[in-house]
Amino acid sequence: MAHFKKKSANTKQDVPTSAMPDVVFMLLIFFMVTTVLREVELKVQIDYTQAENIEKIEQKRLVSYIYIGPERLGPTEVGESKVQIDDAIVEDINAIRTIMYDKLMEQPRLIVSLRVDRDSDFGLITDVTQELRHAGTLRINYSTKREI
Amino acid sequence: MALLNKKKRPDPEIPGSSLADIAFLLLIFFLVTTTINVDTGIGLTLPPIPDENVEPPPIKERNLLNILVNAQGLVLLDETPSSITEVKQKVKDFITNCEPGNPCVENLSEDPTDAIISIKTDRQTPYNIYINMLDEVIGAYNELRDEKARALYGVPFSALEETSEQYQSIAKDVYPKKISIAEPDEGNS
Repeated sequence: MAHFKKKSANTKQDVPTSAMPDVVFMLLIFFMVTTVLREVELKVQIDYTQAENIEKIEQKRLVSYIYIGPERLGPTEVGESKVQIDDAIVEDINAIRTIMYDKLMEQPRLIVSLRVDRDSDFGLITDVTQELRHAGTLRINYSTKREI
Repeated sequence: MALLNKKKRPDPEIPGSSLADIAFLLLIFFLVTTTINVDTGIGLTLPPIPDENVEPPPIKERNLLNILVNAQGLVLLDETPSSITEVKQKVKDFITNCEPGNPCVENLSEDPTDAIISIKTDRQTPYNIYINMLDEVIGAYNELRDEKARALYGVPFSALEETSEQYQSIAKDVYPKKISIAEPDEGNS
C-alpha cells in the first residue's frame, strides 16, 4: 500500500514574542518623554481657534498662561466667560495687574500665552491685555492651533 | 554518596513573562494622560502704556490702514466694505505702495516703514474672527518678508536665523510689523 505522507513545512509557525517587552518599553519610554502631565486643572472650557501664520514658543520656562473661556459648571453646562490664572478663576479683572506684575518680577522675560475660547467676546480679551500692559508684561502670544 | 543524591535545585529565576503586561499597563496609563500641548500661537508685543506727559508722535492719515471688524464679522477696510479673504492682498498693496517698481497711489502708505495697520473691533466680536483678521495681516507681512529674503539672499525668510543680521535688517528696516490693536467700541447689541 502506498503510504502518503502529509506534506508540511518544517518551519515553526509561531511569531516570536520574546522581543515584545522591548517594543512595548520603547513605546512606553517615548510616551513618558513626550508627556507633559496637566499642570493645572482647567476651570474654563477652551476650544482653540485656528490660524495659519503661527509660531512655536520655544522657551517653555518663560511662558505663563491665562485661560479665558466660559466657566465649567457641570459635565456639560457652561456659564459666563471667566479668566483663569494658574489654578483659580480671577473674578476681579483689575487683580490681573498685580498677579502678572509679580510673575514678571520673578521672570523678567515672561511670555504670556493667552488661551482663549474661540467664541469669547473680544472685549474681555482687551480688558485683560490692558491689564497686561499696565503690569508691563508686553510679550504675549495668542494660543492657536495650526490651520489644516 | 550523599552528595550525589541531593536533589537538583531549580534555577533561581525571576518570572519574566508578566513583564510585557506591566509595561503595557504603564503604556496605557501614559497614553491616556498624555495631552499634546498646543504651544503654538500668534506672537505679539503689546505697546507700553503711553506716558501722559508725552504727546504721541503725529501719524499721517495715509500711513494708517484702518481695519474695522464688527460683531458679525463684517470688515471695513479704510471705509470700504470688503471680505476677509481680500484683506491680505489689500494689506500687501498698502504696505508696498511707493516701493520701487510700484506706482505711488494716494491714500496708501508712503513707505513700508511708515505703514501702520490698525485693527479695531467691537466688544462683541468673537475672538476667532479677530484672530482670523490678525492672521491675515501677519500673513501679508510674512509673505512680503519672504519675497524680500528670496530676492536679497536667495533663501526663504523662515530659513534665516532670528539673531542673524539679514533677519534683523528685513524685520526691522524693510518691513517692520506695525500692528495696532485699538480699544474696541462698546458696540450696540
